[in-house]
Amino acid sequence: MKISIQHGRLIDPANGIDTHADLHIADERIAGVGDAPAGFVADAHIDASGQVVCPGLIDLRARLGEPGGESGASIASETAAAASAGITTLVCPPDGEALIDNPAVADLIRHRAKLAGHARVLSLGALTQGLDGHQLAEMGALKEAGCIGVSNGLRAVENTQVMRRAMEYAASQGLTVFLHAEDPWLAAGGCAHEGAVSVRLGLQGIPEAAETIAVARDLQLIEQTGARAHFGLLSSARALRMIARARFDGLPVSADVAAHQLYLTEMDIGYFDTQCHVRPPLRTQADRDGLRQGLHEGTLGAICSDHRPHGADAKLAPFPASEPGISALETLLPLTLRLADEGLLSLSQALACVTQRPAEILGLLARGEGGSLAVGARADVCLFDPETYWELRAEEMHSAGHNTPFLGWELKGRVTACLLAGQITHHYCD
Amino acid sequence: MRRRSLQHDEQGRLRHLLTIEGLKRAQIVDILDTAESFISVGEQKVRKVPLLRGKTVVNLFFEASTRTLTTFELAAKRLSADVLKININTSATVKGESLLDMLHNLEAMQCDMFVVRHADSGAAHLIARHVAPHVSVINAGDGSHAHPTQALLDMLTIRRRKGEFAPLTVAIVGDIMHSRVARSQIHALTTLGVSELRVVAPKTLIPAAVESLGVHVCHDLDEGLRDADVVIMLRLQKERMQGALLPSEGEYFAHFGLTEERLAVAKPDAIVMHPGPINRGVEIASSVADGPQSVILEQVSNGIAVRMAVMSMTLGRPPADTAEVQAG
Repeated sequence: MKISIQHGRLIDPANGIDTHADLHIADERIAGVGDAPAGFVADAHIDASGQVVCPGLIDLRARLGEPGGESGASIASETAAAASAGITTLVCPPDGEALIDNPAVADLIRHRAKLAGHARVLSLGALTQGLDGHQLAEMGALKEAGCIGVSNGLRAVENTQVMRRAMEYAASQGLTVFLHAEDPWLAAGGCAHEGAVSVRLGLQGIPEAAETIAVARDLQLIEQTGARAHFGLLSSARALRMIARARFDGLPVSADVAAHQLYLTEMDIGYFDTQCHVRPPLRTQADRDGLRQGLHEGTLGAICSDHRPHGADAKLAPFPASEPGISALETLLPLTLRLADEGLLSLSQALACVTQRPAEILGLLARGEGGSLAVGARADVCLFDPETYWELRAEEMHSAGHNTPFLGWELKGRVTACLLAGQITHHYCD
Repeated sequence: MRRRSLQHDEQGRLRHLLTIEGLKRAQIVDILDTAESFISVGEQKVRKVPLLRGKTVVNLFFEASTRTLTTFELAAKRLSADVLKININTSATVKGESLLDMLHNLEAMQCDMFVVRHADSGAAHLIARHVAPHVSVINAGDGSHAHPTQALLDMLTIRRRKGEFAPLTVAIVGDIMHSRVARSQIHALTTLGVSELRVVAPKTLIPAAVESLGVHVCHDLDEGLRDADVVIMLRLQKERMQGALLPSEGEYFAHFGLTEERLAVAKPDAIVMHPGPINRGVEIASSVADGPQSVILEQVSNGIAVRMAVMSMTLGRPPADTAEVQAG
């Protein structure tokens, strides 16, 4: 199958391209940019007039709800939602409904995603067996089963010696360690940022120090072990500054932020809005501004969705007893584009945060497996109309989870088509 | 975000009582005035008024309570309402659909008011958001968040003893961190405009950012009590001795327990309050709890009047229009 995407505005941050040009796809790969290669005859044409054509989005963290979950979400439903949102690659953390600490689970997830065919699902393998923080997981076997990195998910590795050994072992396997920095003792029982809102509502707080202490420890261990590490879901400006300093000193660390942290603060909890119950918690306006600054300066490379679809029941509980998380795939692109609209980033820089940068973090860019529209790269492509305004409504969401604080928001930028390895996985019709 | 206050109806009248936060000063005064008028009901031979005749009040207690439950029950009965008590096993996690199912079943039985106590902050708001339009919800304590009727009865007690709020210096002493009573008292006292409001406890029992509520923080009892007009002692739960909050009951009493000696630095006519139940010898000496400055038992009897006021004002609202009558 040969496809030409014509008359669009091609934005390919990885290759410094932002121009009006056609894109030609032959089978799974990009065959040409601009003029068609000699002898290329397209079987199909997509008219992208007035639209942006960019690499398919890569989401560094999305829970998919399968197997064994109760949310009603499945790999099929959530990857379809991803395709509708222009996302072609999803990274599944090891602590979702399926605990990815053995090759069989990793295989199963990949198999189901392949069967559904809407998006590529990459798994993070467990850092420790059962994520218990004691015994190293079989990282070599997990790597062979296709795991793109290792992580203990949201479960802390309390024992510093175990963390050190795990980093050393991951480094010798050439695996990136994906960290979620949270001190389990300071965070225990908490459900909101420890501050003005938690004191008002009588909610047990999670202090900023829960994040900074864990980041400080892990930065020391990264330096000592030489591991390649990535901090996910940063929530505090202070922890971000610590990572900026470490990067300045030459440490091979990167970091990402969930899109909702760039727009919401603790104040949005209002009177116990459980849709704003997320982990790590929404923090102060100063933190939100600091995270935005970190994107501008480049300390934060990527924006992820931190997608967590839930059934209605999960949020119908008193705030502390409600499940944390947002069904966030479908807001990832529009919330990212909004940063460009607000003047924080250029459109190309904003798109880099969900294409090129996560592809670099995952090592996909160098292999031509995502994040780029270079000739020869895999044809994962997102087309969107940057000028369309639309309102997020529960009944129009593709994800099985309708849990989002962004319902009713007017969003700008609608995905019109999505291609996964040259196959059209989504096509928007009015 | 919800801009409209959940606890007010379209006319700005109190529909639910979930928290003191957001109540106007005039509204609090109105409740206190109404409560004042009910105090005489308790002193009459026939202690009943027919204000809520034909209405059904359900006490929905997810957490054990004796005094609050009893006073709510008495208040409802003195208003001639029918009262139903449902104790829900506290160990069972009641959440989501099962909780809402139960509410809708009770609504189908023509219940008109839910008095809710729950161990989680925000439970009363959750219930208020999902009840039928004719139902009122009274928060009888949710987690560490709010206990508005307790704060109101404390305000009534203070007003009956001291008159005006403006010149008063008030000290709240003890476990501010875990206290829903303290949070509601702070909102009430700042709204009523006391001269100075202090919270007094070791740092481990003071929540972060408490100053944002408009209080001064003291870590020394003498400093906190100096020239106070009102001293409110909070109950210290035994389990606070675990989790590295306090070294021991003995050390707590030595530094923060209220004795006659410590009380001497307050104004000579200072009143001593406690929401109960009292831990004698832990936060307060018996000689003070039973002493001449103590108004603890007055608080209890004022509690019935305040709960009558809140119930009659929320449930006894004259209908706004005919549509609401039919819905009721």
